[in-house]
Amino acid sequence: MFDFLEGYDLLGAFWTTVQLTLLSAVGSLIWGTLLAAMRVGPVPLMRGFATAYVNIVRNIPLTVIILFSSLGLYSTLNITMGSEVVKTSNFRLAVLGLMLYTAAFVCEALRSGINTVPVGQAEAARALGLNFTQVLGLVVLPQAFRAAVGPLTNVLIALTKNTTVAAAIGVAEAAYLMKEMVENEAQLVLISAIIAVGFCCLTLPTGLFLGWVAKKVAVKR
Amino acid sequence: MSSVLYDAQGPHAKRRNVLYTAVFTVAAVAVLWWVFSTLADKDQLAWEKWKPFLGGTEAYTAYIWPGLENTLKAAALSMIIALPLGAVLGIARLSDHAWVRVPASVVVEFFRAIPVLVLMIFGMAWYSEYTDISSDSRPLYAVVTGLVLYNASVLAEIVRAGILSLPRGQSEAAMAIGLRKNQTMRLVLLPQAVTAMLPAIVSQLVVIVKDTALGGAVMTFPELLASANTMSAYYGANTIASFTVVAVIFVAINFSLTSFAGWLERRLRQGKKSTGAVLGVDAVAELAAPGEHEEVTKVG
Repeated sequence: MFDFLEGYDLLGAFWTTVQLTLLSAVGSLIWGTLLAAMRVGPVPLMRGFATAYVNIVRNIPLTVIILFSSLGLYSTLNITMGSEVVKTSNFRLAVLGLMLYTAAFVCEALRSGINTVPVGQAEAARALGLNFTQVLGLVVLPQAFRAAVGPLTNVLIALTKNTTVAAAIGVAEAAYLMKEMVENEAQLVLISAIIAVGFCCLTLPTGLFLGWVAKKVAVKR
Repeated sequence: MSSVLYDAQGPHAKRRNVLYTAVFTVAAVAVLWWVFSTLADKDQLAWEKWKPFLGGTEAYTAYIWPGLENTLKAAALSMIIALPLGAVLGIARLSDHAWVRVPASVVVEFFRAIPVLVLMIFGMAWYSEYTDISSDSRPLYAVVTGLVLYNASVLAEIVRAGILSLPRGQSEAAMAIGLRKNQTMRLVLLPQAVTAMLPAIVSQLVVIVKDTALGGAVMTFPELLASANTMSAYYGANTIASFTVVAVIFVAINFSLTSFAGWLERRLRQGKKSTGAVLGVDAVAELAAPGEHEEVTKVG
């Protein structure tokens, strides 16, 4: 029944999905935190930039960004991300696109986390004479991150599902393999079920585990 | 401007902010300069490349509007089909009978856990194998199928959260005056929940509009993004210009939808006639991920 799987690298495809997810997750966490800091900070120009970035990027389809990174950055502007091999370039460009897109959502998740920190916390910190960096870095963000675990989990799950968009530029991840298999093999329902179960295995445990973590680390108020 | 995070700025802080602004401006200018020089280097700033969009309307009538029409058609169809399905699933998940509740929960959790693209690919193959839908309209069917399956389950959660966000007193009062469960739902809870979840539904529309672009990239569905590809081929490799125009249109549509949702949310929160229960724009991201999300309904 599963004979047709021979000749297809199912595990490899899902491994690519995982790699795309993890690399873009780390990148977008860093860039998103910076954006969030700019967005709540005292410098008007940075605040404006971060707000504009989030509003623009959130409203562009990820597909446009990913396709642009291949057709625009790679083909037209010859930005190869330091690799001569097309496959590697496409992979890195996909990570770049996913990272830039997801950062906007990370920023929003963190901002919602910052909003859960009671005003008194920041006021007390200011009363002690801490400056903005200290208020944010020592008092507000540590609490905000703990409250943001839940929203960030949702961002991570959305990111896992979004990595399939990289199939549009030929990155050999799970959805790309699925398209290939459906075109060549007859077992449509079985193939779809395998891929769907694969994604369930990636997203559901992540949600359950990080949901548990979110409850564990949440600041009791 | 001050916020709770920092004090009103004195001379020292003001000087520091000017410094930060200057550094940031220099960095931004450097990045912009690099972008423009790269573009100029590859001849992407030439008037020829931008002329179709800025110097005439032909590109719009020939490529962009037809593409946009397909995008909006797919989005509207998906929303219209997914809404009633989602309502049924959402209410089923609140049922007292396990044989109704459990299957509905399984369906909702399953379709929220897998990517839309997988559903679209499945739809595409299914229609070509088991139906005689012409290959011209197959992409539209596949895109709408994928979007409906996914969004019906997200909307189911929105409906459920909308109903749960209403104060308990509503259903208690309904029971006290002797309404049946069915009547309580139909006459008391649903009408109020629909109002409460309007902002969430509008912001889900943004997600749908964005996801239609997948159809253009992977399914040969001739929507707005696909028109960018056609245009850059037709007008001589003006990829940057075509993508910019398409991105601007997407941002314009989605930004107005997002703003409308935000306006609705503020209006409902201030409203005196309702219970004040509202499912905000932020709730949608929560409800789109698989798993339980108690916080969302508590906020309402």
